[in-house]
Amino acid sequence: MERIIVGLKRVVDYNVRVRVRSDGSGVETDGVKMSINPFDEIALEEALRIKERGEANEVVVVSIGGTECEQQLRTGLAMGADRAILVDAGESVNPLTAAKIFLELANRESSELVILGKQAIDDDNNQTGQMLAALWGRPQATFASKIELNGSSARVTREVDVGLELLDIDLPAVVTVDLRLNEPRYVKLPDIMKAKKKPLDHFAIADLGVDAVPSMTEVSFEPPEQRQKGVIVEDVAGLVSALKDKGLV
Amino acid sequence: MSKILVVAEHDGSSLNPSTAKCLACAVEIPDAEIDVAVFADGGGEIANAAAQLDSVSKVLLIENPANDYPLAAVIAPQLVAIAPGYSHILGPSTTFGKDLMPSVAALLGVNQVSDIMAVLGDHKFKRPIYAGNAVLTIEAPADSPLVATVRTASFKTIGSGNSAAVEQISAVAEIPDHTRFVELRAGKSDRPDLQTASKVVSGGRALGSSENFDIIFKLADTLGAGVGASRAAVDAGYVPNELQVGQTGKIIAPDLYIAIGISGAIQHLTGIKDAGTIVAINKDEDAPIFEVADVGLVADLFQVVPELQETLES
Repeated sequence: MERIIVGLKRVVDYNVRVRVRSDGSGVETDGVKMSINPFDEIALEEALRIKERGEANEVVVVSIGGTECEQQLRTGLAMGADRAILVDAGESVNPLTAAKIFLELANRESSELVILGKQAIDDDNNQTGQMLAALWGRPQATFASKIELNGSSARVTREVDVGLELLDIDLPAVVTVDLRLNEPRYVKLPDIMKAKKKPLDHFAIADLGVDAVPSMTEVSFEPPEQRQKGVIVEDVAGLVSALKDKGLV
Repeated sequence: MSKILVVAEHDGSSLNPSTAKCLACAVEIPDAEIDVAVFADGGGEIANAAAQLDSVSKVLLIENPANDYPLAAVIAPQLVAIAPGYSHILGPSTTFGKDLMPSVAALLGVNQVSDIMAVLGDHKFKRPIYAGNAVLTIEAPADSPLVATVRTASFKTIGSGNSAAVEQISAVAEIPDHTRFVELRAGKSDRPDLQTASKVVSGGRALGSSENFDIIFKLADTLGAGVGASRAAVDAGYVPNELQVGQTGKIIAPDLYIAIGISGAIQHLTGIKDAGTIVAINKDEDAPIFEVADVGLVADLFQVVPELQETLES
């Protein structure tokens, strides 16, 4: 195929312990490490492997947000993507708006495959890929743990509640990826230098002819209810008696 | 008044318990009339099972050979075809619902409310974000259809004893053939289903091998419990992916959860925070799992788990 599009969302790093601001207006992001959404990194790794197998000619990474998303796009280019597109949106957009942006880019770029993370680890919405497929009128294979291309179609193994599900989908299509699809590569220093020369284009949402959908009202943020630390028992007998006291055994 | 449509989840022969959880969420929406939609091919018994669930006003049965297997690309356009007149369309936050509902939302031109954990009003909900490290109260516009998934672990199952009417209807929609079901590789197990079991025993990386995981299965069988695992144990190949508990696995709320050799990464704790009683067995006394465990035992699991199993057996 000619081209794969991969979405890269800038999110609070996986290892950061997120805290809600004391006034409930959001979560603390000042001075917090930001990274590529881990699922998106897996999506990019898969696209690169497809290209390296000779099954695609070009991998384009796309981010939607403020100028600071260039950092994540540069990382994507250093991993091996050929070029990058930043859709300037000031801040991250809601899933339906993101889906409309990806639809427009998929059409403009004549992309046969769009690979996205199954969810972003900030808003945990898990919507954009499915929405893109629905608006595009093309197949979706969500929560993928294996992708096998077969000319004009793909066989995708999906992680579902009861086990693994295999689907055949015609291309073009949207695949959203789960954790076990692959292990993303580390970026090497020379690649970071090379990535600086790769093209990174900017578009405004309006340039793409996309009407941003209003977001829902975020009324307030609060920390989750904490579970209380319980008792430590000395041995199995203590454990069994604690369980008996609670009527559980 | 709210008119709610709940999408039933089923495997072609029986109704998934997630449907009763969605109904438990739906009844908390004020002043609501609730219908259930069953998309199936030969789904009469499934529809009858749904009709017995409390608070259901009627069950819509949409029979179509294409509905033999639940593909989002096939069900979404049919669901959109029957959506007019409904203010709310709800599905479960299972892999079935997570796959389907955003497609429906997109076709209706709205964003989705993902993972409702509490209902505050007809368009106001609480949902977890950042792997459950924060809870967001969100208000959706009241002038467009509301599409949402329900975090099933946040709701008790609804009762049964109802006898709602079952109505066969047709959903006129163009059904694509670009997506074809090939095969489902389901883990075969006689144990209680992880997502609905009242007791769950989970093992982590400390088990060290799939052979060693047997002590988890043995303990689970003694307790009549379902079996779960941490991501580390699944990634290491000790058990299949469908046993994973946590942010990217299953979110569960058993009465008793026993975490064995699981350190308790935040992504795992997200999956069990609604459990009744959490028991942790780990030899590292500083493991984060002990911060949330109701009962903790600092010990070598290979010693105490067989001992616990034998004690409970006798």
